[in-house]
Amino acid sequence: MIELGDLGLDEGAHLLIKRAFTASSTITVRGASPTIAIDLPAWCRAQGHRVERLDPLEGDRTAGPVFRIDRGPDRWHGAERAGTVATPVERAPARWGLAARGALVEAGAPELDLPLSERREVWADEAARLYAQAAAAQWDPATAVPWDAPIDHPAEVEDAVVQVMTYLIENETAALLVPARFLGRLHPQFREVMQLLAIQAADEARHIEVFTRRARLRRDVLGLSTAGGQASLASLFDEPEFAIASFLLAVLGEGSFLSLLWFLRDHAPDLCTREVARLAAQDEARHVAFGLAHLQRHVAEEPALRDRLAGAIERRHAALAHTSGLNAEVFDALILLAAGSWDPAALRRGHAAVVELQRDMDAGRRQRLARLGFAPEAAASLAALHTRNFM
Amino acid sequence: MTTAKELVLGAVAYDAKVVPIWEGFRTYFQANGLPFDFVLYSNYERQVEAHLRGEVDVAWNSPLAWIETVRAAHGRRVEAIAMRDTDCDLTSVVLVRADGPVREAADLRGKRIGVGAADSPQATLIPLVALAEAGIEGTVVRHDVLLGKHGDHVGGERDAVKALLAGTVDAACVIDGNHLAFTREGLLGANTVRVVLQTAPYDHCNFTTIDGGPPAIARFRELLLAMSYDDPRVRPLLDMEGLKIWRPGRTSGYALLERAVDRYGTLAPWLARQP
Repeated sequence: MIELGDLGLDEGAHLLIKRAFTASSTITVRGASPTIAIDLPAWCRAQGHRVERLDPLEGDRTAGPVFRIDRGPDRWHGAERAGTVATPVERAPARWGLAARGALVEAGAPELDLPLSERREVWADEAARLYAQAAAAQWDPATAVPWDAPIDHPAEVEDAVVQVMTYLIENETAALLVPARFLGRLHPQFREVMQLLAIQAADEARHIEVFTRRARLRRDVLGLSTAGGQASLASLFDEPEFAIASFLLAVLGEGSFLSLLWFLRDHAPDLCTREVARLAAQDEARHVAFGLAHLQRHVAEEPALRDRLAGAIERRHAALAHTSGLNAEVFDALILLAAGSWDPAALRRGHAAVVELQRDMDAGRRQRLARLGFAPEAAASLAALHTRNFM
Repeated sequence: MTTAKELVLGAVAYDAKVVPIWEGFRTYFQANGLPFDFVLYSNYERQVEAHLRGEVDVAWNSPLAWIETVRAAHGRRVEAIAMRDTDCDLTSVVLVRADGPVREAADLRGKRIGVGAADSPQATLIPLVALAEAGIEGTVVRHDVLLGKHGDHVGGERDAVKALLAGTVDAACVIDGNHLAFTREGLLGANTVRVVLQTAPYDHCNFTTIDGGPPAIARFRELLLAMSYDDPRVRPLLDMEGLKIWRPGRTSGYALLERAVDRYGTLAPWLARQP
């Protein structure tokens, strides 16, 4: 007998009834709230439970009427668990929709079109750790950057800084939007990857903010955006496969970008520029690490992916062959930025630093390709085919 | 494109949700090989008149519309072929303020009795006849929300309860489940009202046919009764329409409403206009 006491159905007594149904499909309930005889049958009818009022035992009338209730149809018939909370399944069905991983999902939920639903395509065991690291490493642009640090280099060196910032903003915009488009197609079964892509997008948004703010410290207009640079970035948008887009953007593009940001950290003429580059590089290193991690796993499960990755580099190279690659303005701006002045000896140093940067980028690409299992010769030739726009 | 062979159902659009409900049922029937379509009416009288003229094959009728059909059919065979589990054995209740002077139903003699729409069986006709048969009559204060929809819209009952709380009526008549529903939506605090009368059980809506309807009616009824709440494809339809299972129709639960209609002459003006 479930005793409701004077707790009414209008005060939450239905919880005691539902709880009793977890143990038995037929229960008896007694309640003494003033409207129990009205509310209990009405509630049962709406729930599809069959209810019958039993006469209370003699001498027991003050405790209120007694009802026998037979449980009605259950909407949880046919429900299934959306995997287990700890680890994702290999293939996540659309019928699980937005349910939390490990939740019990009622049958008949709307199927969402989330084509990135195979673990092999998206998963990395490192995703949870990288997400936690990213969440802990978020920095506040307002306080992390010394915006008031002195800028005392020549005006044309400042123009070079602004040109480089303009180029960085354009590239970071691609680095935000390309993964964000995949994020919208990712099955939430892969929660850690979803979280990581989301925080990557937030990282890029912050980078766009600080590069813009740095450019505007001394200038009201930004620099140049070239057709070739945009063609290179646009080719990332056209790639429908997550693995290939991630390979081109994260492993090769952001990997090269990492070298560029380190270059700026070491060679920029003012503290503020050096700091925004340093902070952005910390974040980009995580993006590269995730790209490498899930591709290493994917390649291990599907060795044929390696050929598709190589093919993607070759196709992109061919598609961009007619463009000018990295624009001369960015290249020259990097030299002047690193030189810090028009002094010929300084320009020589700046030029040498940019040549060294390109060598660094190439070495980094070869190293990352090797980690994906490419032989040294293949890695070298593929690294050389990477877009001259860096990203 | 529609075809001439479809079974056509009439329903009253008492709320915007009526459209997705019958669109969903149309999909269900058609997926099960029954060509089906529906026509929505703005009020039950138009629907009953159209049904009598043969413009629809089956009507989803309120209990009052059922009685209208029977009385205007002049001896033609009128049947209730199916109804919801939630249409069976309803009651209405008369609420008074817990802190007010009314202690029992008899105290309402000569008092202001708040009811729903004039044509609402559950919030007006049935509770008033139950009070009257107990010898209790007072000044009826109607809350006419969407006349012609036979109280399907909850607004009239809600307004009656608001009037009770505001003190402009001494009692409010509602269907039993709305006591709980109004508490849930915050209109009523727990134990702010008392129940001084609960009517005898009565039945609510049914699918009505006249002269048996076309042969496809048998398949329509069979498909209705086969709908299982365990089936996730039909469960949303059942949830929207507010039932767990369709039951065979019965007409034993309309006597109370028949007596109310007779006592108050509710249908006389409408019946006088019928051929």
